Amino acid sequence: MSALKIKKGSTKHSAYNLRPTFSDTTERHTLAVLVDNEPGVLARVIGLFSGRGYNIESLTVAEVDHTGHTSRITIVTTGTPQVIEQIKAQLGRIVPVHAVHDLTVEGPAVERELALFKVEGEGEKRVEALRLADIFRANAVDSTLNSFVFEITGAPEKIDAFAELMRPLGLVEIARTGVAALPRGG
Amino acid sequence: MTRQMTGAKMIVQALKDQGVDVVFGYPGGAVLPIYDEVFQQNDIRHVLVRHEQGAVHAAEGYARSSGKPGVVLVTSGPGATNAVTGLTDALMDSIPIIVLTGQVPTFMIGTDAFQEADTVGITRPCTKHNWLVNDTKDLSNVLHQAFHVATSGRPGPVLVDIPKDVQFASAEYTSPQKARTSHYQPQVKGDMDSITDLVAAMETAKRPIFYTGGGVINSGPAASQLLRELVEATGFPITSTLMGLGAYPANGEHWIGMLGMHGLYEANMAMHGCDLMINIGARFDDRITGRLDAFSPDSIKAHIDIDPSSINKVIKTDIPIVGDIAHVLEDLLKVWKSRGRKVNREGIQKWSAKIAEWKKVDCLRFEQKGSVIKPQHALARLEALTKDHDRYICTEVGQHQMWAAQYLGFNDPNRWMTSGGLGTMGYGFPASIGVQMAHPEALVINVAGEASWLMNMQEMGTAMQYKLPVKQFILNNERLGMVRQWQQLLHGERYSSSWSESLPDFVKLAEAFGAKGIICKDPADLDDAIMEMLNHDGPVIFDCLVEKHENCFPMIPSGEPHNKMLLGDASTKDAIGSKGAVMV
Repeated sequence: MSALKIKKGSTKHSAYNLRPTFSDTTERHTLAVLVDNEPGVLARVIGLFSGRGYNIESLTVAEVDHTGHTSRITIVTTGTPQVIEQIKAQLGRIVPVHAVHDLTVEGPAVERELALFKVEGEGEKRVEALRLADIFRANAVDSTLNSFVFEITGAPEKIDAFAELMRPLGLVEIARTGVAALPRGG
Repeated sequence: MTRQMTGAKMIVQALKDQGVDVVFGYPGGAVLPIYDEVFQQNDIRHVLVRHEQGAVHAAEGYARSSGKPGVVLVTSGPGATNAVTGLTDALMDSIPIIVLTGQVPTFMIGTDAFQEADTVGITRPCTKHNWLVNDTKDLSNVLHQAFHVATSGRPGPVLVDIPKDVQFASAEYTSPQKARTSHYQPQVKGDMDSITDLVAAMETAKRPIFYTGGGVINSGPAASQLLRELVEATGFPITSTLMGLGAYPANGEHWIGMLGMHGLYEANMAMHGCDLMINIGARFDDRITGRLDAFSPDSIKAHIDIDPSSINKVIKTDIPIVGDIAHVLEDLLKVWKSRGRKVNREGIQKWSAKIAEWKKVDCLRFEQKGSVIKPQHALARLEALTKDHDRYICTEVGQHQMWAAQYLGFNDPNRWMTSGGLGTMGYGFPASIGVQMAHPEALVINVAGEASWLMNMQEMGTAMQYKLPVKQFILNNERLGMVRQWQQLLHGERYSSSWSESLPDFVKLAEAFGAKGIICKDPADLDDAIMEMLNHDGPVIFDCLVEKHENCFPMIPSGEPHNKMLLGDASTKDAIGSKGAVMV
């Protein structure tokens, strides 16, 4: 038995070490990155992901504090726990980055996305599209005699489900904003 | 007191206020206002290089040897793109440099103007941070921030791109004291709980080892001093990466030599067999680890690093400590002393005996016989004849670099300038110019291969112009030695484009620049020739013709772990498997 108190492969001290850092399973994480809104900051973040071969599933960015000139970048990414930790550490050392929050591990979070769907069709298909839109609480924000544009807000899975249903009903075009997310509670 | 001045004047003022005494640069259209200001003062010396890449490497040599940031001033477009290799080199090796580039005037940006390039776009991935200054009123603040970012935390290169109209316009100057040094304040104190964990592990470890890197040198002289105290007090053996040589003296009692791909047998075997690995300011680079799944399989790993992204990047760490080396080592020593200075004496004695056994393999053994100079012999003689000098060594990249690391001894930090991470051929000569600028009285030697050296040979002009007596010690095997070695081991001895044909006559080349050239091909003449080089007051090109097909050993073949080292030519047949062959 080793006399050392620390066991090899021990998991100590930081929250992320509670998970097996070097496992092979791929996880999906939502990261909130608070940055100075200065020129090139988005390019730095995107360049980091492409340069080091990380995935971006979705990315949204906008200035959230106009007086302090800070922006919030919300990134949905996938990777092994080790890669996710690297992504966070690499993001954290970009000079204009103030904070990196992993909303997936820091507690429950609300994730929402807005999407616009253009659906073309006539007759029964058109009626069915409208009825499904109602069930999904999607609003028709534009309509012609043979098309609708629906606006829908929700978790990405809800939007995926809506897209699947609309496809046979004449779905021709989708625009999605990507995920915006906040932690739940105070 | 408000001080109005032009952007160009502001730049010179900011450099003075930051304590800059030397700038390496090359003028051009987009930096003429700055050069006009440089012309009208005497506090900052400008060194005119012959190529912008040379300017950046010179600044790296200056920074690495002095501990102060190096400064570069180049023009827009090609001036900036020529600096990219140097920036990447400095990023990989964490060298603090500030590169100022001219840019076309703001109203012409985006028009494909003459000598326009998207400098901040091009250099974003190869700088720690960069700025495009659009307004003169921001300029002095950005310059002070640039120095702050380059030198704080893990050091690195920064770039400030300054359009020409911003240089001409006037605004108020902000002093360094009043500048916003931003929120960028990396953590320097290590977590005390983790430090205590490490001390507890050190108290009981039977086979401990210190594995140190360039971070110790970057942290400053105090870190090297504390490291020495820690090693002497604990008696643990210590090895270092290429970048960390000199932090612990090569003549120190517990030094077991450099580790890694061409590291010493005893160092690599000790890394493989240890039960406690204490990584201090190194980053588990692939030249060090070899095959990851077989890397030091039975050890607890502690890792002290100022950059959180270095921890758990490739090797799982059991005791991570984020902080500045000097701060952490100070706390570590304090805690260890307060707990009674305990180590496992019995275990360490056995461990030292084991290491002594490995040392007996004498992995750097070579035989100088016959009429051709062995490169190892050339370096052994250079070491013998220069080790008592106030000496700084630079290298290019390749076999000569590894031999220099193996056969030269470094007893102090900041004495060894080499391109580790990026492996930039052409680094050493301009770096030696930067070192000599920082240490005018010292002996500065660039150990080079003939192929690397030719990559920035234009800097002979710089060395002559500024009377910098840099010694270019070229181990000339008329081959791209390391490429050739890999072709021998991996590609069936098909030496594709790895020989140096149409080489210049280096003596005549030296003379063409007004310098001294020496050629040496007979082992019997070597000592006299080296002395002649040392005694010449001026730049020397020393053309040392060496054994052409000498291989660099020991070597961990790519794709193999530390305990599968090749010690000599006899062991190389089929040493590298097909898996290893795809690695670099």
